[in-house]
Amino acid sequence: MSRLVRMDQTGHTTVAEWTTDDPRAIDAAVAAFRAELDQGYYAVVSRGEGRAEQVRELPVDAGLVILRRPIAGG
Amino acid sequence: MARGREVGTSATRVDGEGARLPELAGVYWRPRTTDRSLTRTDRLWTLSTVAHALPFVAAAAVLAWLKPVLAPISLVLLVHAWAIPELYAARGAGVVRRDDRRDHPGEPVALGLLGDLVDHSTRELHARTRLVLERGRLGTWLIGEAGALLVRPGGHRVHCYCVKVPDRELPPSDRTAHLLLALRTDERGFATVANLAFSGAVWRLRRRLPAPAREALDSAAAASRRG
Repeated sequence: MSRLVRMDQTGHTTVAEWTTDDPRAIDAAVAAFRAELDQGYYAVVSRGEGRAEQVRELPVDAGLVILRRPIAGG
Repeated sequence: MARGREVGTSATRVDGEGARLPELAGVYWRPRTTDRSLTRTDRLWTLSTVAHALPFVAAAAVLAWLKPVLAPISLVLLVHAWAIPELYAARGAGVVRRDDRRDHPGEPVALGLLGDLVDHSTRELHARTRLVLERGRLGTWLIGEAGALLVRPGGHRVHCYCVKVPDRELPPSDRTAHLLLALRTDERGFATVANLAFSGAVWRLRRRLPAPAREALDSAAAASRRG
């Protein structure tokens, strides 16, 4: 089960869940993903070895996609 | 703190080359940080500190030489010369100041997600110090809730950055996770977006840190020495 989670005031919220063999769940996840990006979130997928990749399309094969807010110099 | 599947590892090298943080658009006038630019910044910072302190030392020496009776004034000037780099270091230490809102209702959940992003030893260090150690190409990073320290290779020099997610309502560990993910996406971009608060010797910063952060700094310096 893959998850799309948003880091927010609750710690994190699961926005969508899907499996690669469930097209309807994928469609719902893609719609939710785009809605979150429209709200100003950035989507990041951990790639291991201290690496992460920002994505603009939902990678349906990823186990976990994390939505984060923009950062700024303090 | 660890829950669920490991989705990443820490204490491993940040890569991120080729990727670009979208936040760079907000600081388009800044040249992208490189290893060389960090070295240059470090030298300029040292030069600037010396330029601020040296006149006080020189004036103290001249006064004491001209009129020994003015030695107390010379002493005051020397205190000023000593205080200037200490004030800079204190400003640098401030970037990893802890948020004491540990009772944020979302913190346990945020801590779980952050724990999934790092390995066991990093989780333990974070539990003690509230700082996440992450090795990168530019050096070894310590990520806090509203700032980051970069210990340069060799473990003797450190850069202190003010950088944060501008949302005070987020739990502390979520804010750390935001910075960690941005760092892993684009390390050089992360250093470019962040505002430099201090650059100097590790020992000078260390004296200004609270004990838990000193432990994290020692770990980062040791990691940087190992290369």
